[in-house]
Amino acid sequence: MIENITEVTQATVASEVLRLKNAGYRLVTMTCTEIDENDLDILYHFDKDLELVHLRMRQPKDRPVPSISGILFAALLVENELRDQFGVSFDGLILDFNRTLYLDAEVTEVPLVSNVKITKQ
Amino acid sequence: MARTIIPFGPQHPVLPEPVHLKLVVEDEIVKEAVPALGYVHRGLEKLVQIRDYHQMIQIVERVCGICSCIHAKAYCQGIETLMGVEVPDRGRFLRVIWGELHRVHSHLLWLGLFADAFGFESVFQQFWKVREKIMDMMEATAGNRVIISVNVVGGTRYDLSPEQLRWILEGLVEVEQGVKALQKTMLEDYTVKARTVGVGVLTREQALELGAAGPTLRGSGVAQDMRQLGYSAYSDLDFEPVVETGGDSYSRSTVRFREVLQSIDLVRQAIARLPEGDTRVPVKGNPEGEVVVRVEQPRGELLYYIKANGTKFLDRCRIRTPTFANVPPLLAMVGGLELADVPVVVLSIDPCISCTER
Amino acid sequence: MLFMTQNILKNFVRPKATRAYPFVVREPFENFRGELVNDMDKCIFCSMCAKKCPSQCITVDRTTGTWDCDPYACVYCSVCVDSCPVNSLSMKNQHRKPAVVKEPLLLKGTPPQPKKKTGARAKASGSETPPADRTAPGGDDTPKAE
Repeated sequence: MIENITEVTQATVASEVLRLKNAGYRLVTMTCTEIDENDLDILYHFDKDLELVHLRMRQPKDRPVPSISGILFAALLVENELRDQFGVSFDGLILDFNRTLYLDAEVTEVPLVSNVKITKQ
Repeated sequence: MARTIIPFGPQHPVLPEPVHLKLVVEDEIVKEAVPALGYVHRGLEKLVQIRDYHQMIQIVERVCGICSCIHAKAYCQGIETLMGVEVPDRGRFLRVIWGELHRVHSHLLWLGLFADAFGFESVFQQFWKVREKIMDMMEATAGNRVIISVNVVGGTRYDLSPEQLRWILEGLVEVEQGVKALQKTMLEDYTVKARTVGVGVLTREQALELGAAGPTLRGSGVAQDMRQLGYSAYSDLDFEPVVETGGDSYSRSTVRFREVLQSIDLVRQAIARLPEGDTRVPVKGNPEGEVVVRVEQPRGELLYYIKANGTKFLDRCRIRTPTFANVPPLLAMVGGLELADVPVVVLSIDPCISCTER
Repeated sequence: MLFMTQNILKNFVRPKATRAYPFVVREPFENFRGELVNDMDKCIFCSMCAKKCPSQCITVDRTTGTWDCDPYACVYCSVCVDSCPVNSLSMKNQHRKPAVVKEPLLLKGTPPQPKKKTGARAKASGSETPPADRTAPGGDDTPKAE
């Protein structure tokens, strides 16, 4: 159903985002979905003149995601939100709330990943 | 000069909802701002796991009260796309009528609150007096003042009778007169301009880079309005996005002021062209697939990502609300301001914190 | 200056924008979704309202014949009214009055007995077991609010 999807990997996501930024695209948001026990599906939505362009990345839960907040400041809140809701960490996040953007520090469950308990803090 | 951190919020006279900003100030000048959210986080996105896709309509309406109708519309559009449901023409037009009434009431609410933010209490009361007429319209036609709950998958639940349509048109004349009577005070008054012109400037480049949405984006000179996508019946109506080029608080309030008049015009157009027929079609089965829907909320672009798996429970329903996108631009605007201007600028993006945190 | 003077003079003769509530109360609108009521004579205890309710505030017990709605969890969306197959649910156009104590909404009625079962049971144990309420019309059939 979704058009204009480009598959990216952890190595190429930063350069793709930079390319879109230089082409005048605006970051709309990022979306994360749990695919299975090990992997998450991260979508980056970009907009230019009412046309949406998406980047899709498969992300293992236990590895950090390369942050794009250094390239686009707008990604700051979304990445912190994903950290809250899916328990993934981000590499190079410019302002890291460390899972307390929405949640309290004493919350030990990751809400949107089948209530997985947090083991390491 | 040593830096001081001044807390702004979570409880502040200009904020109807709790959000906290840590303002790093040098003398009276704000150097940077760090947000702290989470005071009204309810975890509504998780509810897709235990509520079926029909029940989710009432839940997404409660993401934000002020724009509940438009949240439900976006969600229903997404499910309809996935299931291949075609909404009848009358249903599409009715969605526009109620959606635009919602926009008028939201903008009038904001214009009042904005006047209150710079201390103009009487204008605040005047705007809310005008708004009351719109609230009556929604209560009489849809059964509730704010959470009108008219959208269902497949169309709208209620219909408007010819008498009701006539009554709405008569009421809109009154609303339009009331709003126009306040135009001179809100947009030309010397004291209002002194508090808003040139305060909290966001340039066009900054707005695009920081991902601003809605009136914040249009106030910076970007003519982008999601209604141009032509969802519901917007493709059959004539309108141009309202754009101002100043990028300051004054431009953003002008955009919203002009959008009130634009929305009144859109309601009139929709009523004039309202076709006969059913308002909804019956829906059977369950949705499957993934879809991205964007609609224009009073505060800006609203994005729904829906992933369904063929059962009555959705896999994921991701809601990106406009205020969520407008927080990074706000942080950029606040830098370099005088402390006394911060409340006005914070309010100028029309913050809806319940939306932001869901 | 003159702009304001005009307004001030007008305000002397203009009617007030507000009402002298509680002495003057506006007539409620016809379609307003106020209080949820259930006509227990019509109710067939199918539990459709409980299944459709987004806030899951309705509990229907077929065996004891109770229909329980928590009015403090209800969101007054009237989805249950739309989905009721026998139109026993309806919404008054006025909301509940403010109260000092919480007033639950627990209604009692007579669940219809499945025809086959009633027949079988009547055969098995004579005329004692069929529901007493059905034989005494107007008695326990009337809804009771507790």
